[in-house]
Amino acid sequence: MSETQEHAHHIVSPKVYVVIFFALLVGTATTVWASYVDLGIWNPIIALAIACTKATLVVLFFMHVKYATKLTKLTIFCGGFLFLTLIGMTLADYITRAWGQW
Amino acid sequence: MPDSPVISQSAAAVAHSASHDESAHPPYLRHHFESVEQQADATNFAMWLFLLTEVMFFGGLFTAYLIYRNWYYPAFVAASHQLSIPLGGLNTLLLITSSFTMAMGVWCAETRRKNGLVLCLSLTFILGLGFLGIKSIEYREKFEKHHVPSYHYSLNSFLNPDSDPAAKAAGDKPLPLDVARHTEVYFSLYFAMTGMHALHMIIGIAILGFMIFRARAGAYTSGHITFVENFGLYWHFVDIIWIFLFPLLYLISRH
Amino acid sequence: MSDTIVSLPDQSTARIPKDNFITRENGLLSWLLTSDHKRIAILYLISLSFFFFIGGALAGLIRLELLTPQSDLMATDTYNKVFTMHGVIMVFFFLVPSVPATLGNFLIPLMIGAKDLALPKVNLLSWYLYVAGGLLTLYTMATGGVDTGWTFTTPLSTHYVNTNVLTTGLAVFIAGFSSIFTGLNFIVTIHKMRAPGMTWFRLPLFVWAHYAASILMVLATPVVAIAIVLVALERTIGIGIFDPTKGGDPLLFQHLFWFYSHPAVYIMILPGMGVISEVISTFSRKRVFGYTAVAFSSVAIAVFGFFVWAHHMFIMGISSYAVLVFSLLTMLVAVPSAIKIFNWTFTLYKGSITFETPMLYAFGFMGLFTIGGMTGVFLGTSGTDIHLTETYFIVAHFHFVMVGGMLMAFLAGLHFWWPKITGRMYPEKISQMAAVVTFIGFNFTFFPQFILGTLGMPRRYAAYPPEFQVLNVFSTAGATILGVGYLLPVLYLVWSLKYGAIAGDNPWQATGLEWQTQSPPLTENFVKMPIMDHEAYDYEWLEQQTEQREKEVASAG
Repeated sequence: MSETQEHAHHIVSPKVYVVIFFALLVGTATTVWASYVDLGIWNPIIALAIACTKATLVVLFFMHVKYATKLTKLTIFCGGFLFLTLIGMTLADYITRAWGQW
Repeated sequence: MPDSPVISQSAAAVAHSASHDESAHPPYLRHHFESVEQQADATNFAMWLFLLTEVMFFGGLFTAYLIYRNWYYPAFVAASHQLSIPLGGLNTLLLITSSFTMAMGVWCAETRRKNGLVLCLSLTFILGLGFLGIKSIEYREKFEKHHVPSYHYSLNSFLNPDSDPAAKAAGDKPLPLDVARHTEVYFSLYFAMTGMHALHMIIGIAILGFMIFRARAGAYTSGHITFVENFGLYWHFVDIIWIFLFPLLYLISRH
Repeated sequence: MSDTIVSLPDQSTARIPKDNFITRENGLLSWLLTSDHKRIAILYLISLSFFFFIGGALAGLIRLELLTPQSDLMATDTYNKVFTMHGVIMVFFFLVPSVPATLGNFLIPLMIGAKDLALPKVNLLSWYLYVAGGLLTLYTMATGGVDTGWTFTTPLSTHYVNTNVLTTGLAVFIAGFSSIFTGLNFIVTIHKMRAPGMTWFRLPLFVWAHYAASILMVLATPVVAIAIVLVALERTIGIGIFDPTKGGDPLLFQHLFWFYSHPAVYIMILPGMGVISEVISTFSRKRVFGYTAVAFSSVAIAVFGFFVWAHHMFIMGISSYAVLVFSLLTMLVAVPSAIKIFNWTFTLYKGSITFETPMLYAFGFMGLFTIGGMTGVFLGTSGTDIHLTETYFIVAHFHFVMVGGMLMAFLAGLHFWWPKITGRMYPEKISQMAAVVTFIGFNFTFFPQFILGTLGMPRRYAAYPPEFQVLNVFSTAGATILGVGYLLPVLYLVWSLKYGAIAGDNPWQATGLEWQTQSPPLTENFVKMPIMDHEAYDYEWLEQQTEQREKEVASAG
């Protein structure tokens, strides 16, 4: 039988959306505040971590991925993995240029 | 007397719908699909694949950004101080709220609330326009201060931070000439990334306009919610891009 | 020659089925506004052939120029434009769409038991985007061409030429979307529209190959799109990401460009490999050896293909560590391709081999792709690459895999499925001759180029040292023969539309759902949705079917 799984028709309740909405607002405020504090090397890490968390919340709840099929989750994972490959391997070239010849 | 063409056409239409059980074969089911579930499933999957292409498209820009931020960090810091956090933060709030209203819109479609759907789509539309409005204010400021690459680009704000209110407020020190020159790379990326994002917003808002029009006619609240749902995915994706652009462009270092 | 497996219906009584996808509707608009995947495949076939011959004419001009050591047929600037347009047209407007857009479009729904692709209107849009991009490329040629090489290397393309970089870039951008939508359509279709019983491991390997290629189309193409956009921004409004005077790095363009263009070569070859799997199985009457390995190797090629792009940049200034890593990874990506060649060879072993035209092309593929692939390994080792890169060795390498490999596979597939598409057989003798002529012409054209490259002749040069002339003359002579070999199919295939033998449902006695329906197929492909209850390449099942049908005919008659 081909993959005509029941279209994940879990209807997400507005309550969930409100909670996530406020979580996103909190995340935004936090990231703005954190940029004014000197945390050295942790600044960009925290900023990216907050951004990734916000994005994950949007993906899981606003985009219904938490209730979606395995195929959808796998698709997103593949996209994310390739995105990181593009960035990672290209950056690897740039960073290692400064290392000199062996 | 021979049947008039009108009568025989409607006879054919009756015959067509009689041969289809209404509940199993709604009018929006395309004939190459076996069921509504298969159609909804397939189009949803197709939308996700399209979003993957968008991820890779912006991926090139993010790659460029990360490389040059790594190479020219002081210039990026100084240049980012030219952006207004209140305006950028407000834009972030507008977009997050528009994501919320869009998600609520999908819920309204799923629960067949026509007026709710129209309201949510309209709010999303307005919030989107608000975002673009603020963006154009920001762009205009860049033009006025000559921070547009290749267009009378001026290094003054970075060589002489005291002459520039934004740089002065951030407490910037004057940059050496070769470092100051690299601020132009930052602004190249700023315009490329926010411009590409804004282009996607404009397309989204245009489709929203079309959707509001169709929603008022009840197109999405009679069981066929795929269009709203898939557009919602697109809209949330555009929001996610901004969720990353905001800290990367505006919040590099404010201390 | 040996036996043939062709089994045609009685020609005195056979007729093309009255109701088929060609006769269902009439008129130009019914073709231009169709959503039938089979009609779209034919639209693609016509436009692809058109662009192939334009690209081929440009190749002819290149070879004519290279008959003599001086740049005497055309100015060097013009020569730059000729090889650039040859590359752009052949890569983006022929090789990338060739098998997927024609054979893939036509066959995938048939092979999986579906009525159409998942998104038929998007499929039509794909074709229109392709045509728009192609027309824009023709416009570019008419208004002075572009001379940067098909690789648009910066900063040449952003700052130092006055030619039509923007229009060509736009054409490629548009064609890229055509490719993305095709790939997207295939992935959704293969996941969501298989007939009952058609599990993943019962799919024909042709479908697996297209699935892998589609992943590449969807994920890699957007990166070249953004690279082109950035070049356009730099040329127009001066947003200088690649501009060294502003602190930009021209090499970044190459990273983004090759991130697509390396997977692009797998987009080109994987569908061809899918064709070869089908042809070799049919003409040796044997299940493909190691089905699972071949299926997984297609996906492995796609996945590994994403990690090797910088082997096109070994001499460009990337870090030595990047060179090391990418060189190692390039060695890895050769493994799945080799697995396929071994599996095809083992399929042939103890098979009942016959030498119809598709099989001749398949044999040509196996030999030429192996040579091309092996020379790819020489190029992947960075030490030898430093000597061989930007010489004719590279030109020979990619023409062996693309023309000796991909184009032969395309012709194999075109001949193999021609009876299914048109309902008629092509003329066997002349097509076998054309295949042999093509093979001979190909080797004469491109083998000398390996030697030229090793001796040091640079690519993209109109003038060369006189000692290279003999090999160049060989190459041009071969190109003439090759041209004849490619022209013949156009003539006899068109001839066969009217005069070819009626093929019937399954002239090759092949397995596969597409052969269980009429030729040409109905618009909706199957009268009743098929149920897949046997493995792929199940020749025993096919025998049983044939016996059963003969019994029914005997008892009815």
